[in-house]
Amino acid sequence: MWKKKDEGEPTGMSQQPFGNASHEVGRRPGTQSSAFDTLASDVARIGKSVVIKGEVSGSEDLYIDGQVEGSVQLKGHTLTIGPNGQIRARVQARGVVIHGKVDGNVEGTDRVDLRKSAVLVGNISTQRIAIEDGAFFKGAVDLVKEVAAPPLMGKTEAKHETTAVAAASSTSPAVAARPTSIAPLSGMEQKKP
Amino acid sequence: MGSVTQGFMKLFRGSSRAPGHSDGLTSHPRSIRRSSGLGEFTRALDGHDTLCVLDVGPTSASNIRYLTELGHKIYSEDVLLASRDPTLVHRDKDDNKILDEKRFLAENLAYASQSFDAVLAWDMADFMEESLVKPVVGRLWSMLRPGGLVLAFFHTKDAGPDAPFYRYHIGGKDTLEVQPLTVSAPTLLSEVGNGGYSRGAEDRVPAYRLQRVFNNRHIENLFRDFSAIKFFLARDNVREVLVTR
Repeated sequence: MWKKKDEGEPTGMSQQPFGNASHEVGRRPGTQSSAFDTLASDVARIGKSVVIKGEVSGSEDLYIDGQVEGSVQLKGHTLTIGPNGQIRARVQARGVVIHGKVDGNVEGTDRVDLRKSAVLVGNISTQRIAIEDGAFFKGAVDLVKEVAAPPLMGKTEAKHETTAVAAASSTSPAVAARPTSIAPLSGMEQKKP
Repeated sequence: MGSVTQGFMKLFRGSSRAPGHSDGLTSHPRSIRRSSGLGEFTRALDGHDTLCVLDVGPTSASNIRYLTELGHKIYSEDVLLASRDPTLVHRDKDDNKILDEKRFLAENLAYASQSFDAVLAWDMADFMEESLVKPVVGRLWSMLRPGGLVLAFFHTKDAGPDAPFYRYHIGGKDTLEVQPLTVSAPTLLSEVGNGGYSRGAEDRVPAYRLQRVFNNRHIENLFRDFSAIKFFLARDNVREVLVTR
């Protein structure tokens, strides 16, 4: 009933097998796309022939194998960029898995994965990051700790560690943000004028 | 749609292949060795919060993990790969090949001055095109804050075109994991029988060819704008250098 998942096929964060792909966007009849076939049925998909210019947002997991220029926002959900995906946008999601090409800053509140075919030019802001051998990355990595949820009335909920968060944010899909200025290292030899 | 497509093609330099994915690029198993230069480098970072470190070698998840776990911010930019962009090469009036240094520096290592506390340069200078070496070192100087460090490696003898090219991974405070990178290369044609030719099995060669060997004086001259330089002799005939801005 379910198609067997082969080794090395791109997958998103969801590992559920997927059967029919009758409602995929942009898929040409007769074309093979193993990446689509391995996705769960509740993942929205943008096929490789689709080109979007603008803002893409949603409240479900999304798989993009086409071209997007603008911004992609999936707060609380997972974004997967397929091997044919070409994204020139600011990306925000809970989890981000990249197999294709991204030019823009990536903010994964939980995790960012760069697979071996990934090409990312932009900054990463996330709690956890995984980069496979072979992935190309140009930019900065800023690991942030999770912000504590505000306590409920009459209760104290300490689900997460309370720490100051220094999340990198950007309002445009710039390639690389300039590093901020900090004090020089102490104890280093200084060249005297 | 046409303008978007054109934009993507320009973004990826008109090549259908992604930058960083050379034909047949293969990573080989890592070997571990101790590094005095790395040990000195990591000791210098101890006790400091949220430093900005630039790694100009091939993308290394290990380096990103090591430095971010220490609380630092790491920037990754494979300068050697960028220098191989074929669109940087043009011909002068005598039909000689020239590398567009200005454009290279406009598109790479484009950071504000005094932005970084440390740079992991590895052996970039040994493999980079000669016309880019000094401009890149000059750019590193301007990007570093006073007191900032550069860790660089230099081969001590000319091992020829087959000198291995490594991706360096930080395995610990003074531990390096060196990983050879190779690419496939067709073998030379060989004459067979009645004047025909046959192609042998594919061979593998280092991902980059060793361009030069610096002696101590050359290295000192290369970093003459820096305030201090310290040499460490490592194994495998590699000289490690820690330079202070």
